[in-house]
Amino acid sequence: MKSIIKGAGYILVHTPDMVIHNGTTQTTERVVNPESEYLKELPEHIRSFEDTLSYYPNQVYIGNVTPDALAAVPQPWHDKKCPETSRFGQFGQIMPQEEFLLLMQACDVFDLVKLDAAFVAAHKAALAANPIMDETILARIGEGIEAAEVARLVAQEHSEGLYHNGALVGCVNRAHDIDVNLSAHVMHENLVSKASSVLALLSAVKNAGIEKDAVEYVIDCSEEACGDMNQRGGGNFAKSAAEIAGLNGATGSDTRGFCAGPAHAMVEAAALVASGAYKTVVVTAGGCTAKLGMNGKDHVKKGLPILEDMLGGFAVVVSEDDGVNPVIDLSILGRHTVGTGSAPQAVIGSLVTDPLARAGLKVTDVDKFSPEMQNPDITKPAGAGDVPLANYKMIAALAVKRGDIEKKDLAKFTEEHGLTGWAPTQGHIPSGVPYIGFARNDILAGSIKRVMIIGKGSLFLGRMTNLFDGVSFVIEANSGTAPAEAGVSEEEVKKLIAKAMREFAATLMGQAE
Amino acid sequence: MGILAGKKVVVIGDRDGIPGQAIELCAKSAGAEVVFSSTECFV
Repeated sequence: MKSIIKGAGYILVHTPDMVIHNGTTQTTERVVNPESEYLKELPEHIRSFEDTLSYYPNQVYIGNVTPDALAAVPQPWHDKKCPETSRFGQFGQIMPQEEFLLLMQACDVFDLVKLDAAFVAAHKAALAANPIMDETILARIGEGIEAAEVARLVAQEHSEGLYHNGALVGCVNRAHDIDVNLSAHVMHENLVSKASSVLALLSAVKNAGIEKDAVEYVIDCSEEACGDMNQRGGGNFAKSAAEIAGLNGATGSDTRGFCAGPAHAMVEAAALVASGAYKTVVVTAGGCTAKLGMNGKDHVKKGLPILEDMLGGFAVVVSEDDGVNPVIDLSILGRHTVGTGSAPQAVIGSLVTDPLARAGLKVTDVDKFSPEMQNPDITKPAGAGDVPLANYKMIAALAVKRGDIEKKDLAKFTEEHGLTGWAPTQGHIPSGVPYIGFARNDILAGSIKRVMIIGKGSLFLGRMTNLFDGVSFVIEANSGTAPAEAGVSEEEVKKLIAKAMREFAATLMGQAE
Repeated sequence: MGILAGKKVVVIGDRDGIPGQAIELCAKSAGAEVVFSSTECFV
């Protein structure tokens, strides 16, 4: 059995107040340099929701603008207005902060999120009007509490404040008095991840056109950890998000691998379906508060808006072969092994050229490569360069070395086989997977046949190993030879008809005699 | 031996550029003493 990409969901959440209160660049600065110019200037650089809607990369992320169209827009993009400004796109939506805070409360099953009653009353109708929300989720939203009580919880009970337009409108309570794993800070981070994952799950299931009950397994591949002092990373984000999303027929588990997590999870999902263990598996991830405003100091220094003000989320539905949707080819897997080494050439070799060589393919047999799709508008001003472009240069260099392309075609390779990054710098979110939605569209349309998704992860950040990590997989056009529903192939049908004809002829001959 | 021979070296690699370990090996092969080496992630 092959596994196919049935659909994908991509969502963004505009969280300007979380940039200020929860991004680690800002929280660290408040500890080490509370009177800094950066903290004073920061609020002036926060974008409005309308600004984020007219930001080109955001419109690409939710599917309203294609990667090709984005590539044709000269950089930088932060000073340009995208003519498409809808908050809804073919893949998902851009949710404003006020709706998201209500969604967070709906996703909390331990009565930890407390919202100001006036805030709930003011914004509940907006969330109810969101077409992706259903009655079950809306019914989970409470009336809220007095504003004074919210203020008391934050001042006296170590609760993490929830802010909107600079005002305290709620809080997340700690889930334990002394366990740091259940502190208000950690619960806030995890509930944000869960709520944005729920939004991505709902979008993906809707886009795939399947019933919620058809989902049998969910894999969460974010970079957060939930657990308590006895099992710090016990999990399970996947099942907790599936519960709120109403995926009642699903179980699930979490897969981690820093930014390489989504690519690992996709391979696992494809293998689970291909093995017959589960018919439909959804890979999902919510966003990360810690990375909000990560490169904010450089952006503010250069007079730019804070561009890292969006939480990202994605979900991909992987299902049994239907003879139509693009296939994940498990015979072409790239893997960075323990012994691969960390030199860029070794990394790209293990992830790109080695698996293609094993499959007898040239680099140019892959129409598009999707390595880390970080938005260069964010990374270039911060001195981190154009990450996708750096990956393409290395892939092209190895392609020259293998004789797949001429040296003079290096620049053309990036143009023809590359993409311009559009994903927010949310760690795991940009890592290869933002392209799956567009890849599915383009493969179904017949404009391309094969793409490679590449995920890379900085394992050394966990201080358990100095190793780097990476995994890649190939998605290609479906040959259309899926087994028929009843389990009878075209060949078998022909044999059955031939047998019936022979028997009929024999009967006629018998009658004639 | 090059300009790094006998020098103490601090290495900060970039996960999307040249990782610390690779720079470390180069520096050592050029005769340097690597006193600190790390790879950082900026994305």
